[in-house]
Amino acid sequence: MIRDRGFKNFLIDAFIYTVLALILISCLLPFIHELAVSLSSRVDVVANKVGLLPVNLTYDNYGAVGTKDRFIDSIWISLLRVGIAVPLTLFMIVITAYPLSMDRIPMPGRKTFMAVLIFLNMFQVGLIPRFLSYKALGLTDNFAVYIIPLLINTFNVILVANFFRGLPFELVESAMLDGASHFDILFKIMVPLSTPMLATISLFTIVQHWNSWFDGIIFMRNVKLWPMQSYLYSMLTNQQLSGEFAGHRFSGVWPNVSPAGAEAAMVFFAVLPVLILYPLVQRYIISGMTLGAVKE
Amino acid sequence: MAYDPISSMKQQQSALQPKSSTSNWRTTFAHTWKQHRLLYLLLLPTLIWLLFLRLYPFYFASLAFVKYNPVQGLDGSEWVGFKNFVDVFKRPEILNIVRNTLLISLGKIFIVELAGFAFALLIHETRSPFYKKFVQTVSAIPHFFSWVIVGTLAMSLLTSKGWVNLTLDSLGMDKVGFLSDKFVFPFTLIFSETWKEFGWSAVIYLAALTQINPELLEAAAVDGAGRGARLWNIIVPTVFPTFIFMVVLGFGGLLDAGFEQVLVLYNPALYSTGDILDTYVYRMGLVNFKFEIATVVGLVKSVVGYIAIMSANWASGKMTNYRMF
Repeated sequence: MIRDRGFKNFLIDAFIYTVLALILISCLLPFIHELAVSLSSRVDVVANKVGLLPVNLTYDNYGAVGTKDRFIDSIWISLLRVGIAVPLTLFMIVITAYPLSMDRIPMPGRKTFMAVLIFLNMFQVGLIPRFLSYKALGLTDNFAVYIIPLLINTFNVILVANFFRGLPFELVESAMLDGASHFDILFKIMVPLSTPMLATISLFTIVQHWNSWFDGIIFMRNVKLWPMQSYLYSMLTNQQLSGEFAGHRFSGVWPNVSPAGAEAAMVFFAVLPVLILYPLVQRYIISGMTLGAVKE
Repeated sequence: MAYDPISSMKQQQSALQPKSSTSNWRTTFAHTWKQHRLLYLLLLPTLIWLLFLRLYPFYFASLAFVKYNPVQGLDGSEWVGFKNFVDVFKRPEILNIVRNTLLISLGKIFIVELAGFAFALLIHETRSPFYKKFVQTVSAIPHFFSWVIVGTLAMSLLTSKGWVNLTLDSLGMDKVGFLSDKFVFPFTLIFSETWKEFGWSAVIYLAALTQINPELLEAAAVDGAGRGARLWNIIVPTVFPTFIFMVVLGFGGLLDAGFEQVLVLYNPALYSTGDILDTYVYRMGLVNFKFEIATVVGLVKSVVGYIAIMSANWASGKMTNYRMF
């Protein structure tokens, strides 16, 4: 263990801690401001009086947002989307990665398949052909458009295949001698041994689906089927908020709701799942990413 | 016919080589199919997915070569060859958009990676494990928020009535048009991207920093190397290849300057410096319904982007021994 002593080192340490603290504050300030806005009363928000502390504390913004049917419905759509997409995506990734990783078993066509997979995922022909083909396939205005186009992610397939390659092949061999099928080997040996990798990919997939909004905007005409982030986007860019929450204000149930305050409250609904999930799986992420890298 | 040794050798070879290799291929395939059929069947769903979701759109890319007839559909449209491509390159705004895309993209690649690199070094030099972990976790979290969320934060801080500008105003300074001045806007894009991503990009560098052999550092310390000397001569050189790797990979996405970010933050007054290829394709195609133009721009972007990704992957393999695929 290195011990750096002396006044000079103390100064260096002090400098490092201060810089990191400033960075930390700059990360947190936007959220603290947003939190203050969400907890401040209407008059003060409209007059831009809110800085880092709530002015005339109120919970009306959260009350109005939490009882806003369209917003709550859009959260259910998002949750449904994540709930269906994540298991399906993980299933598709492991069944694709498994045959690609069994290098010891000669499999004509494996390399070609890999090349085609990489080519077709890297070479995307652009938004308009994509839009028209989804339309022809009946995916537009269909809940499936949230899930099916994102089922396979080449990078995730490669990460998982590399992880499978790193597991001892003897496990596979002895299981085969015992008469296990590839299905058994995949789901009873490989998948349980890949928890860190699959946890990482689950997090990425959850976040990807929870955060998606563009596909809702362009592929779904029925706004009632928009996920929460698409709804937020339309609120943010179309300046509809004042109209959306006027009813709440005038009916007197949540008199202190303001457009910017409601928006801020919705932001906190939207970031909550990530704030809960990320610290839980953080330790898997670094190991998962390092384990999957290709080294020549 | 006269005897021709070379062509007869070629004939012999061609009689032997392909046959033996096909029969090899066939026997291996027959064997694998018989014993490990499931390996093929497991790939079947992905194959079907690839055909419908990734290959089928190529048919619609032919829009780039026709004068689109909405009534008759794609098959009934008149084939015009490369006329649409010529039309696109004649449009005055195109050069501007390519320039915006490249500048914003380059700025982001370098500044995000440099910030992540420097931040990782600072964390590495910290001794309190708790502080280390806390700073690292907090700084990485914005990576997992969508641009709708980060855009909302940016707007409530950076518009002319946002908190930052009101604070500047109250301090007697001029307001900055982060989201309204077309000369400032590209910097707002780069800065907000850095704010969102630096903590996440540091994760990679921190992983690389764990590869440093502690004995090497101790030996250097025993030999009298101070913290600065150890940082400059051991730590930075060990992590620098990772920096190169990340920058080179970033070049693979040079034409993606951040579609969702720009779409959330820009407005018509900022098109001259903030419009990028992806937002242009979106507006041309799905807002103005100029399908052919949008398809042409999208297609050219895909071809160039594909070449960029493949070259970046190849180059990083050559330069740092690491590849993405």
